[in-house]
Amino acid sequence: MEKKTLFDKIWDAHVVKSVPDGPDVFFIDKHFIHEVTSPVAFLNLEKRGVGVMYPERTVATPDHNVPTIDQDKTIKDKLSRMQVERLRENCKKYNIELHDLGSAHHGIVHVIGPELGITQPGMTIVCGDSHTSTHGAFGAIAFGIGTSEVEMVLATQCIMQTKAKKMRITVDGEVGPGVTSKDIILYIISKISAAGATGYFVEYAGSAFRSLSMEARMTVCNMSIEMGARGGLIAPDETTFEYLKGKQYAPKGEDWDRAVAEWTALQTDEGAVFDKEYHFDATDIEPMITYGTNPGMGIKIRDIIPTLDGMEGSNKKTYLKSLDYMGFVPGEYIKGKKVDYVFVGSCTNGRIEDIRSVANFVKGKQKADNITAWIVPGSREVEKMAHEEGLVKILEEAGFKLRQPGCSACLAMNDDKIPSGKYAVSTSNRNFEGRQGPGARTLLASPLTVAAVAVTGEISDPRDVF
Amino acid sequence: MAYDKFNILTSTVVPLPTENVDTDQIIPARFLKATEREGFGDNLFRDWRYDADGNPKKDFVLNDSTYSGKILLAGKNFGSGSSREHAVWALYDYGFRCVVSSFFADIFKNNCLNIGVLPVTISPEFADILFSAVEQDPLTQVEVDIDKQTITLLKTGASESFDINTYKKENMKNGFDDIDYLLNIEKEITEFAKSRS
Repeated sequence: MEKKTLFDKIWDAHVVKSVPDGPDVFFIDKHFIHEVTSPVAFLNLEKRGVGVMYPERTVATPDHNVPTIDQDKTIKDKLSRMQVERLRENCKKYNIELHDLGSAHHGIVHVIGPELGITQPGMTIVCGDSHTSTHGAFGAIAFGIGTSEVEMVLATQCIMQTKAKKMRITVDGEVGPGVTSKDIILYIISKISAAGATGYFVEYAGSAFRSLSMEARMTVCNMSIEMGARGGLIAPDETTFEYLKGKQYAPKGEDWDRAVAEWTALQTDEGAVFDKEYHFDATDIEPMITYGTNPGMGIKIRDIIPTLDGMEGSNKKTYLKSLDYMGFVPGEYIKGKKVDYVFVGSCTNGRIEDIRSVANFVKGKQKADNITAWIVPGSREVEKMAHEEGLVKILEEAGFKLRQPGCSACLAMNDDKIPSGKYAVSTSNRNFEGRQGPGARTLLASPLTVAAVAVTGEISDPRDVF
Repeated sequence: MAYDKFNILTSTVVPLPTENVDTDQIIPARFLKATEREGFGDNLFRDWRYDADGNPKKDFVLNDSTYSGKILLAGKNFGSGSSREHAVWALYDYGFRCVVSSFFADIFKNNCLNIGVLPVTISPEFADILFSAVEQDPLTQVEVDIDKQTITLLKTGASESFDINTYKKENMKNGFDDIDYLLNIEKEITEFAKSRS
């Protein structure tokens, strides 16, 4: 029998038909939408006179563009308000489940999907957002799509896709103290570059991933796109089932037993062939931070910013442009640099474990005076838990405040913008020029590292701060 | 939506050799607030094109009248990052019908094909030839022939072929999009969906 990878198994089960010398007609189990990439799709549906084929397979929430304070009041920015209102109108018109601002399950789309148990192993999941890869943590094929494809899914529950090549990244061993799943993925991207997995779908394997919680696995899969991959996935196991059991949309009773039996079979066959394989040793991974303007430009926090050795032509030009933007010089140490802002949040690191890790770290310490800190929960559920667990009190005593859920300063569509020229150490996923506001300088790191920066006011190794 | 038909495009070229241009540069997030598709061209490459006060930056290629055309010649790994189709809408709205690079990000490439901007992947060597030809003569003409799947520097005849599958090629030539195709096989899809419920 043909040996198949996990990716093959899920993919093949969702092909409605293959177009000769063309893409596959690919069926989508679950579709998430938000206020920014869906309005034009709905508009085009209307122009065509076409309806939504399976409204029960789409779930909506406004997240990209919402304020993170005063969410009970009318949104001040007119264009933002219009996008959110348009989402409400479209959901009502087409009978689509909406988790609106202020409702119990409002939040970042990639946080609420898993939280509600909507995301399940073996599914195909898409959303007009490249970080849809987050859901791959459950052993699902999940990836970002453009607005034309959002329209296709609404109209026909299918998109036309060419199957990606397959890559496996194996990390074996145990990471040291102070090293988180964010460091693992930043390490991997720094090794294979921001375009190293373009054209591939990645399976993460090995003991370093097996031992991670679901939330930590989501952080890893979330950033698959940052090395160019369409998505990344991790085979489901007991940790996955334990997380899903009892969740609102998870199967119940006999259905649950049947589902677990099916999900258990979702593993890459022994001997299945990948187009490309990487192996890394977990003990080589340390707290990481980025110094440049793409997520592949990362180093161990104790290392120097790479020198120009071996660089030439447009490669060298691009590198210098990047460092010039960041205000850094090749060959210097990054530790000890002064920081202005910290941001904890986003679909990468805005879940309860992230808030916990920050609260535990800053407990009994004080925020540095030069730091402005934004801590933004990924969802209302996360916000609620942070209150119930006493984390908000700890954060407040240390000089921090918890805001309300949304994408916030990860992409700075709302008012949460880092001012031009200022340095922000951020738990989000992209350090592109201007990503957190025009002229903003972003350094990506783990929640633990961000917490260390917040109390010292400068770039610090969390292992050095007590 | 259906778009312009694409057959043979002959045009001068706008060179942008910077590598790893992400879609946040092509169209920054703060300009994604529209609920319609038109008008994104004004903010194409906004923060590279204009300073904080809205004055054009002289050193950016779109502000250099030496260069113009419907073909954008880009550095490698073009279009990485966010899946925002707005990036392609902005390129299209500005007047580009074709983007040429030695390496594209996946989602960006798909988005291009879905709205009728042709992404042409060439070898790094041919990219170098094109970049230096345009540098030497900004009026040099490049021809992109979708039927023959070739891109040619007309002055010298230097040419290379590029890949595109038959399905997408026919779509581009006829101005069809995927929804036209999908709506035609609705019955097959509903049958399939029954097996997935």
